[in-house]
Amino acid sequence: MTFSADKSILYKKFYREIYRIRRVEEEIARIYPTDKIKSPVHLSIGQEAVSVGVCQALRPDDIVFGTYRGHAMYLAKGGDLRGMIAELYGKSTGCAKGIGGSMHLIDTNHGIMGTSAIVGTTIPLAVGYAYGLKLNQKDSIAVSFFGDGAVDEGAFHESLNYAALKKLPVLFVCENNLYAIHSHHLQRHHSDNITERARSYGMPAKRIEDGDVFKIYDFVKATVEKMRAGSCGPVFLECVTCRWKEHVGPCDDFHLGYRSEEEVAAWKRKDSLSSLGSLLESDIRNKIELAVASEITDAFKFAEESLFPEPERLYHYLFKE
Amino acid sequence: MPRILKYPDAICEALEQEMSRDPSVIVLGQGVDDPKAILGTTKGLVEKFGSERVSDTPLAEDGMTGVAIGAALAGLRPIHTHIRMDFVLLAMNQIINMAAKMHYMFGGAVYIPIVIRSIIGKSWGQGAQHSQSIYPMLMNIPGLKIVAPSTPYDVKGGLIQSLRDNNPVVFIEHRLLYYQKGHVPEESYTIPFGKARVLARGSHITLVGISHMAVECLRAQRYLKEVGIEAEVIDPVSLSPLDIDTILASTLKTKKIIVVDNSWITCGAGAEIIAQLTEKNHENKGIVFRRMGFAFVPCPTTPALENSFYPNAKTIASTAYEMIYGKKDSWTPDAELTIEEVEFKGPF
Repeated sequence: MTFSADKSILYKKFYREIYRIRRVEEEIARIYPTDKIKSPVHLSIGQEAVSVGVCQALRPDDIVFGTYRGHAMYLAKGGDLRGMIAELYGKSTGCAKGIGGSMHLIDTNHGIMGTSAIVGTTIPLAVGYAYGLKLNQKDSIAVSFFGDGAVDEGAFHESLNYAALKKLPVLFVCENNLYAIHSHHLQRHHSDNITERARSYGMPAKRIEDGDVFKIYDFVKATVEKMRAGSCGPVFLECVTCRWKEHVGPCDDFHLGYRSEEEVAAWKRKDSLSSLGSLLESDIRNKIELAVASEITDAFKFAEESLFPEPERLYHYLFKE
Repeated sequence: MPRILKYPDAICEALEQEMSRDPSVIVLGQGVDDPKAILGTTKGLVEKFGSERVSDTPLAEDGMTGVAIGAALAGLRPIHTHIRMDFVLLAMNQIINMAAKMHYMFGGAVYIPIVIRSIIGKSWGQGAQHSQSIYPMLMNIPGLKIVAPSTPYDVKGGLIQSLRDNNPVVFIEHRLLYYQKGHVPEESYTIPFGKARVLARGSHITLVGISHMAVECLRAQRYLKEVGIEAEVIDPVSLSPLDIDTILASTLKTKKIIVVDNSWITCGAGAEIIAQLTEKNHENKGIVFRRMGFAFVPCPTTPALENSFYPNAKTIASTAYEMIYGKKDSWTPDAELTIEEVEFKGPF
């Protein structure tokens, strides 16, 4: 499957998206030691191509659910940057009014239905959302982003079974960065067979091993068209990827010894950002980079200048009227 | 002539009326569309509303609670049914980590109108894993509403209110309440959460009974009447929010209160109610408190032990008598079969 006619436009779009996420998170990592961000941050650096490849193939009215490593998904789906940074700062202008923090990003205006700090918990939510879409005969789809750790959870299996049983319009995206914190997935799984397991529940499953943003985009683009057209039911996509930074926090973690520097370096050599960058004229690239830099400056300034919630807000939002 | 309905029929009527009124209400749960229809409470719903709105589920309590939450985010109002409350323990992750928190944690951006319906089991050997009522654990969690009505009137109005509420509601029934008959208006109506119901008026002692224990308290009240003691019986109906004011007003009048939990005493609703009464009444000493509830062991199956596991009308009445007349002047009403013991035979 190729979309060659559109490729040059896509290069630009994808470069901008990945560059923007990378730069936002690098800025978070830079600011983090100042303790202005009082929230654990699980950076997506290295994994951006998965979110960008998937979300670029979606429509604005498609709905995504994600994880505590959710910055990339949030931004790729169009989540408001100011709202995200203010949220990390705990400010009342944050996307969750400062109550959620980095692990609980949400932007319902852009179909981002929330991220969760409990592994696997949003998978059935995406399935339930798809149930609602089907019942109301909508042609948008729900997408569930989760990691390889979530595959260990019962909710993963319960969700896949139910989605297949009811032929629900949900795309499961497993971002397999190989590690649940520091535990390799083969320390937790009998075999490297996540897609086989998904297939056995009764859905097509595809594995993309090299983190190529175009392969991910092309697959999702073709898949969601089929999903919208009728009752093809759920589809499963496993994207092998690599988290460059530590599990939580802004630093590297090679000193821990659970993985080698070379393992990550191999992924860095095939980084989508560099390969996309090399396909663009330098003036086009510069223009994108300048625009992103100014957007980031603006967002951090917005967060800095925003107010913390008033203490009496403690009891707001416990119940919906 | 008041219209008399049984407790399960009142539930079924509430579901039928609310599903007719609001197309976003859907019923999920193991067996909701099967021939036994959750003890008749979902009878006729799949025929009337179709299998997309009334749907059996896999045995996946946690996942299906998540599905209900996701469906609620998509604009539906799911009611997820568990035929025993013990099964709710399998869904605690989604209930506590997700449903109870999402409106708050996302700064009001979303809300979760779901109802988690469950039935507490008792007698005919329900045993350790078919008899639990875990409302005290859930009362410890902000973001949940918890209701456990004891009368057919309140079960209908309470269920309709639960389905219209925009928050997660844990709706607790009791297997032995399924024999209760009472006045139930035909039209749709709601009852307010956070409003206790005074089931009997009296001035000598206050008996607060939760779920089926409200019925035991009413029986105790009748026994006590025979010996000249007028007990006031209160069913809190909703446990979160809790109407402590009604209980406080009664206690200030009677100066004596027994809270009978339909669960274990430790960290139970009784502990919470009495702690709140004490805090609110710190200047007015002289109130005598007592908690009753399950013996602090798992529920045994054999009736020989099960009978001592639960408080009952007799033990409640004799405890009340002792609180009024002192230990040395003890009294126990004559044994009498309860209506459930007469009518409720196994296997289920």
